[in-house]
Amino acid sequence: MGKYLLRRLAINVILVAVAASLAYMLAATTMNPRGAYEGRQPPVPEAVIDATLDAYNLNDKTPVLQRYATWASGVITGDFGKTWNGGSVNDEMGRRVWVSLRLLLIGTIVGFVVGVALGAWSAVRQYKISDRVIGVSAFVLMAIPVFVLATLLAIGTYNLNRGLGFTLIEYTGEYNPKLAGWDQLMNRLNHLILPTISLSIGVSGAAFYSRIQRNMMLDVLGQDFVRTAMAKGLRRRTALIKHALRTALIPSATYFAFALGTMFTGAIFTEKIYAWHGMGAWLVDAINANDVNSVAAVTFFAAVCVLAAGFLSDLLVAALDPRVRVS
Amino acid sequence: MRSKVVLRRLFRNPQARYGIIAFVLLVALAYIGPYFGSYEWTEKDFMAFLSPPDADHWWGTTSIGQDMYAITLRGMQKSIVIGVLVALIATGLAAVVGAFAGYFGGWLDRVLMWGVDLLLVLPSFLILAIVSPRLRDGSWIWFVVLLAAFTWMITSRVVRSMTISLREREYVQAAVYMGIPRWKIIFRHIVPNLSSLLIIDATLNVSGAVVGEAALSFFGFGIQPPDVSLGTLIAEGSRNATGYPWLFAFPAGMLVLLVLSVNLIGDGLRDALDPGSNS
Repeated sequence: MGKYLLRRLAINVILVAVAASLAYMLAATTMNPRGAYEGRQPPVPEAVIDATLDAYNLNDKTPVLQRYATWASGVITGDFGKTWNGGSVNDEMGRRVWVSLRLLLIGTIVGFVVGVALGAWSAVRQYKISDRVIGVSAFVLMAIPVFVLATLLAIGTYNLNRGLGFTLIEYTGEYNPKLAGWDQLMNRLNHLILPTISLSIGVSGAAFYSRIQRNMMLDVLGQDFVRTAMAKGLRRRTALIKHALRTALIPSATYFAFALGTMFTGAIFTEKIYAWHGMGAWLVDAINANDVNSVAAVTFFAAVCVLAAGFLSDLLVAALDPRVRVS
Repeated sequence: MRSKVVLRRLFRNPQARYGIIAFVLLVALAYIGPYFGSYEWTEKDFMAFLSPPDADHWWGTTSIGQDMYAITLRGMQKSIVIGVLVALIATGLAAVVGAFAGYFGGWLDRVLMWGVDLLLVLPSFLILAIVSPRLRDGSWIWFVVLLAAFTWMITSRVVRSMTISLREREYVQAAVYMGIPRWKIIFRHIVPNLSSLLIIDATLNVSGAVVGEAALSFFGFGIQPPDVSLGTLIAEGSRNATGYPWLFAFPAGMLVLLVLSVNLIGDGLRDALDPGSNS
């Protein structure tokens, strides 16, 4: 077991290193941070620009391999370098990870729980009206991309607020910095409503999980061990939840583990549309701002998350499925 | 004939029937519809900026006087072409790589699967976002190739594991002893036996690619102006969606209908080709 884990860790480290290095090389060769300084009024002398870019390790006059070496030796000691205007990438990342976490944790979990519950319920009530309604709405929701759904919700809220004459639900930003204490907390929760809805019902949330869960549950319901559980006198509810649902949970749990891992960088659209400044929005902003070091840092972080998620999903499956633990 | 049986099953399935009808109608709208509109997609009506839908401009106009009907249909053409091409390339690549890796095994398998792992870890969004705006000179075909290059990996893993079990079948063994070259066996005996998986995968890839293109174009990383796609139109429309809903509603509605119809076909195909599965 220990040997297997070590081997796996070594492969993962190599994959992260390759992904981050490639991202750095791609960004460093194609992006032009100099542009942000060149067009200024009054003009900045070239020597000053060079000195500034040198200090940030962004100067395109330095050979790219040399810049890469500087960057890589920084990353090994845990320093991701400077942003295009001299801020620390580490500080920025430390701030944005928490923004993403606050934004996405609730939505991801709510989507999973609601999706699994609806899927399992509609499997038990197969071909009844409720099953059909859930199935059709999940299918339609699956066809609506996140950016359309999020925009639709924002439009709806805007019209609702205008109709009411006051702001019932906020639709942009993370919080109102003028408030403090209890009001601040309520304000933050208010700002969370829309992003949470858009994350939890759509393609990456309840609609997706309910479809997987329904299929798995249908497979399990017909099997002997569920009948045995009922035959030995368990109540239907207990048999369904403890015996059927637990087994049928394995695939959705695998997806859920991946969703948790990729959560930090996966919500680019939700973050951009609702103007939260998290990791996903950072990637888009950094690409637009020619911010080489930030792009590489987000990529590094995303690769670590994906691989950690793979590991997490294996652990979850092992916890839910005794057969995996034995073999 | 199996293909006849499958087709009959497909048309008996109401989901698939509606999906196919809707998809055919949408394609017809995209390609024949422009002949009925009174404006070209390149035309600008300087007498009507941001006018709501009326008898002259059926779906309204944009802030520079383009006819929404013409421009949405033009965007739809591009989205459909991109979706179909990406699906064909991605599924073809998945079939070839997966079948070769699974059939030959050994070092070829290891190298190919290592490549698959690497592509899965690589930041596809970043690479597409950086590279595609730099292909400015109208070569959206490169965008298609890039999009396909990041779509095929998981299917190729499935193809590989199915190939490993097909390799031991009698008819494949028989072909080997008849002295048929290995690559011919793969294309004549292995790949056709994976066709149900591949057809379903290609169908679902179409909707995946349409959404993927729209998503990248939403940030300006996909199709570059002056060319339009549903993604660029939705991006533009969503900026002013509260005041000028027709800018957002028509392209977004078309995108959702397109994806929905393709998904319906994909689901119906799965039922028709693989009656045992209920997924």
